[in-house]
Amino acid sequence: MNSPLHTFLLIAVMAGATILLRFLPFWLFSKNTPRAVLYLGQVLPYAIMTMLVVYCLRSVDILSASHGLPEALAVLLVVVLHKWKHNTLLSILAGTLFYMALVQLVFV
Amino acid sequence: MNRRTLRRAFFSSLPVMAGYVVLGTGFGILLCSKGYSLWWGLLMSLTIFAGSMQYVGVDLISSGAGVLSTLLMTLMVNARHLFYGVSMIEPYRDMGWRRWYAIFGLTDETYSLVCSEPMENNPDRKDFCFLVTLLDQGYWVLGTLLGGILGSTLHFNSAGIDFSMTALFVSIVVDQWDKAPSRLPALLGLAVSVCCLLIFGPDSFLIPSMLGISLGLFLLRRRIEGADAKPGRDGESDGKAEGGGA
Repeated sequence: MNSPLHTFLLIAVMAGATILLRFLPFWLFSKNTPRAVLYLGQVLPYAIMTMLVVYCLRSVDILSASHGLPEALAVLLVVVLHKWKHNTLLSILAGTLFYMALVQLVFV
Repeated sequence: MNRRTLRRAFFSSLPVMAGYVVLGTGFGILLCSKGYSLWWGLLMSLTIFAGSMQYVGVDLISSGAGVLSTLLMTLMVNARHLFYGVSMIEPYRDMGWRRWYAIFGLTDETYSLVCSEPMENNPDRKDFCFLVTLLDQGYWVLGTLLGGILGSTLHFNSAGIDFSMTALFVSIVVDQWDKAPSRLPALLGLAVSVCCLLIFGPDSFLIPSMLGISLGLFLLRRRIEGADAKPGRDGESDGKAEGGGA
């Protein structure tokens, strides 16, 4: 927990930047859209999503404790389950419960 | 606005309801597990209204991230919204006052519902787009509310619940992996961020990663667009609506 003021500021920044992104095309590109913007809009989502996975796992310490094994197993489960069933909610629920069981019961 | 339009909007939005209520609940519980009250969650869901960004936001606010990294993170994670906006310029042009809210609430899921609405011979299109956006945000806020209540009343060992965010992103990557016209952007994102993590460490690798990814995407533009032009994998030739998460 950090100071409520800082939290409030960060939420305002996130809201402001999201609103800006959603409104910007309507203001800027009513006539035509630069190719570079279209290109970035198409490819950035793919690159950012793998970055976010790395971001989520950034504090995993491979050299000590459980050597990142619970994380690796749970990610593997999500990948296999999602490839098989293509159901986002199922993958998230099963992956999270499995991971919680691993860190609370197995790798204590 | 008549009852028939509302019915149509409601039935079209049912698939989103299931997803948003559950993901919103997850968000509410996650935020609660970090010691934030329900009101913070509602504030975020009412003002930000971007699923994956709000999950990242939990992490940013609870770790006391800086303003600059929060700003850059939001711009990168939500950059795909530029693209949605570009394709909705014409359809939303004549929507009057409803336009403001419809643009504010143009999430991935809302986009997927409104982008297929025909422009011609469709008198209730403006109301439909507006109502779908409103219903979607309603589901998201409802989920957040449920999560906040559950998180503060049920007491359980929540260790490991953060993994819901990892699982969300991993499942999105798996979807994108099958649908993307080129897999280079996903691999670039992974390689650059792992390298930056090793070089700069967990607390300061984000900004260099985002810069590196943007640079890399432009350097590899010819190869990536080359893959784009070919008849895509599984018959997919455009990845426009496939990117991103909730």
